[in-house]
Amino acid sequence: MAVKKFVTGNFYDEAVLFPAVKKTRRAGYKIHDVFTPFPIHGLDKAMGLRDTSLHTAGFIYGITGTATAVGFITWALTVDWQLNFGGKPFFALPAWIPITFELTVLFASVGMVLTFCYLCQLAPFVRKDHFNPRSTDDTFVMALECTDKTNDGEAISFLQSIGATDVQVQYKETGWWLGRYDKDTKRFERKDEAVH
Amino acid sequence: MSIREKFIVTKRYNTIALTLMVIGVLAIVGLYVTNGAKDDVQKQARFWASLLQNSVYFLLIVNAAMFFICATTLAWGGWQMAFRRVPEAISAVVPVIGTICGVILLLICFGGNHELYHWTDTEHVKHDSILNFKKGFLNKNFFAASTVITIVAWSLLGWKMRKLSRSLDEKPLATIEERKKYVWNNTVWAALFIVVFALTVMSSIPWLWLMSIDAHWYSTMYSWYTFASTFVAGMALIALFVVYLKNSGYLEYTNDEHLHDIGKFMFAFSVFWTYLWFSQFMLIWYANIPEETTYFKPRAQGVYSGIFWLMFIINFLAPLLILMRRGAKRNYSTVTFMAMLIIFGHWLDFYQMVFPGPMTDAKTGETHVPMILYDLGVAVGFVGLIMFVTGRALSKAPLLAKNHPFVKESLIHHT
Repeated sequence: MAVKKFVTGNFYDEAVLFPAVKKTRRAGYKIHDVFTPFPIHGLDKAMGLRDTSLHTAGFIYGITGTATAVGFITWALTVDWQLNFGGKPFFALPAWIPITFELTVLFASVGMVLTFCYLCQLAPFVRKDHFNPRSTDDTFVMALECTDKTNDGEAISFLQSIGATDVQVQYKETGWWLGRYDKDTKRFERKDEAVH
Repeated sequence: MSIREKFIVTKRYNTIALTLMVIGVLAIVGLYVTNGAKDDVQKQARFWASLLQNSVYFLLIVNAAMFFICATTLAWGGWQMAFRRVPEAISAVVPVIGTICGVILLLICFGGNHELYHWTDTEHVKHDSILNFKKGFLNKNFFAASTVITIVAWSLLGWKMRKLSRSLDEKPLATIEERKKYVWNNTVWAALFIVVFALTVMSSIPWLWLMSIDAHWYSTMYSWYTFASTFVAGMALIALFVVYLKNSGYLEYTNDEHLHDIGKFMFAFSVFWTYLWFSQFMLIWYANIPEETTYFKPRAQGVYSGIFWLMFIINFLAPLLILMRRGAKRNYSTVTFMAMLIIFGHWLDFYQMVFPGPMTDAKTGETHVPMILYDLGVAVGFVGLIMFVTGRALSKAPLLAKNHPFVKESLIHHT
């Protein structure tokens, strides 16, 4: 796996974070992500993230569920094994609606959960590495990705100038997950330090 | 930048509203001449059925605006503050249409024509074991009393809520304690309205006004179903006024986020309506008991099936597929189009609730669909009336309740 270089900084206040995100984008740095302990309204817009496609996926899963339910029940009750329920026609659509609805919900919800895990690169037994464990506690952590043209010295002083504290340079392995496995850090016990 | 505080009723707006009202009056006169004035009791019933359907439908959807205010107040919601004066203004129509509707209902109840409400015929009720059994609920005095009490209670409580809201315009609340007291005061009155609403629209009034047309048939879901119908149409009406005001350069603080939430209500309650519609339909379809299926026979399979399935498509499939996307709920054109479609669709829903009963010939048992254009004309008249009264109500108070404690929450609202 390739190893990428990042510059990270901590922010303690939304009022500092929002202008900082704006300034960083204007300066042309590539924001890898901003990690926050809780969802912050409007941060996605400030970072210029596009809308998620999760709902489109959910719609497709739902339609698949509808088609599966209607298709299977129709085949089972009109072709394969016709049963007479209280003199109703074999193709008794109203009676199937509840099941169709359930299967639509089931497909959509399970599919969306799995897709969400995939998009966030979460899975059982996959360990996620933090740029800074405090992003799960009380600070907002912004990570800039260093490209070939990035001068990390400049990036560090830039982050400091827009209000970041605890600015570090970190190396992370990239890939399906984004983490660091060569040196496993015990969470919260030791502060992350620059790794060279 | 100048902020236009109050809505100014333009000449064009007034002309349109008055024209629509004139069309409505003409339609009523036309209906009266062709049907109401005839000796045939069936034709008379057709005239009254049209008035009943339109006045009840439009009364319930303007009243849904006050329900929206009270429900959000009770939930201590703040997001609706930016456009709250719009549903307030719409609810100001309740006393007007309420009076019209009350007069129509009492005329039908105490008039000599029993085609619409069979149970008003006391001679007939004596020989009809089912209606005789329901006599305690379905009788003229109870009907009249609950109708009057209901309409007066809606009007009074709505007036009180509007008064509370406007009382802040001149004198802002200085201290936290005063604000807390104000919010608490609002909550209590909103809760009162909700209780009255629950006892009327959500449970008893649709049984009396609409379900008693098919007096032998009954469904406990009927009132909920009617409520869902009128609430979604009421949200659509609010959306129409909000979009209109935005396009005319008012409501500076209402933005896409608020419209998105109104759109969500339209979407969600369309699905909710379908849920109730289907729950009522499926149980009856499944059990297949003749005394229950009589309701759906002329509607789903008889001459009303066209209207029945059309309104199902308009009220369920169209909102589901068109309003599902986030972008659609933020697009003025889509929201306007869907709001008009939903209002029309639920009008059709009420049409098939009211008409098959009186349009069934007692002797031959045949049902027919009357000339729907007359009823559309009457509906247009009511739309004009709503436009006229709401416009006047909007112009009386500032469009932003700027001193309300929750107003900031609405200005920074974000979905």
